[in-house]
Amino acid sequence: MPEKIDTEMALDLKGLSCPVPMVKVSQNIKKIQEGKILKAVTSDPGSLADIPSWAKSTGNEIIRIDKAKEEFTFYIKRTA
Amino acid sequence: MAEDKKKKKLSMVVFSGDLDKLMGAFIIAVSAAASNMEVTMFFTFWGFRALKKEDVKTGKSFMGKIMGLFESGGIDKANPSKYSMGGIGRKMFKKMMASKNVASLSDLRQMAIDMGAKLYPCQMSKDVLEIPDEALIDEAEKTVGAGFFVEQAANSDFTLFI
Repeated sequence: MPEKIDTEMALDLKGLSCPVPMVKVSQNIKKIQEGKILKAVTSDPGSLADIPSWAKSTGNEIIRIDKAKEEFTFYIKRTA
Repeated sequence: MAEDKKKKKLSMVVFSGDLDKLMGAFIIAVSAAASNMEVTMFFTFWGFRALKKEDVKTGKSFMGKIMGLFESGGIDKANPSKYSMGGIGRKMFKKMMASKNVASLSDLRQMAIDMGAKLYPCQMSKDVLEIPDEALIDEAEKTVGAGFFVEQAANSDFTLFI
């Protein structure tokens, strides 16, 4: 059982395709305070590459990615 | 990342008015804007379709009017670069994209605008194709020339020609 992570906001981005999940993450992370964590659930396999790259470009931190069948959960800490 | 750190920048020439190529252009523009980059898009020749309103006539001279007829319509009338088949291809593509939940071209353009991408019309193409100011969408920036694009591109981290 993975450790529970305290999240400030949760986004359901299932069914959306490139580049929308990344765009929604980038828009919503600005609504939480630095140091807090945004949870985002996607179904687009491309987001497994896109969201970590986005985090690298913007200086935010991916805490963990849980991969299930056709469902990917990102925990992203606002650090920028 | 400090707020005062200089933003990275993307400059793009959008030459094509094809549905698929415009999709590529706007998807990359939106992704760059989401990644905290400054985005400059320079629309020239057939790319003008992406800056035109849907139902405005263009062309002053006889040939300009004919061109306006061939190129009539805005971004929603863009055809794919392959399998256009007199408009059938466009409908097929749109259907297939919608079924995969891909954002439409006009949605992507709106997203790019909302996220701060700057859309510049090219003066020379505008003159050649005889496109009046009132045919352009309100969000278009002032009309510029190639010199402006070159200066923007020289100060960019990456550039694209689509």
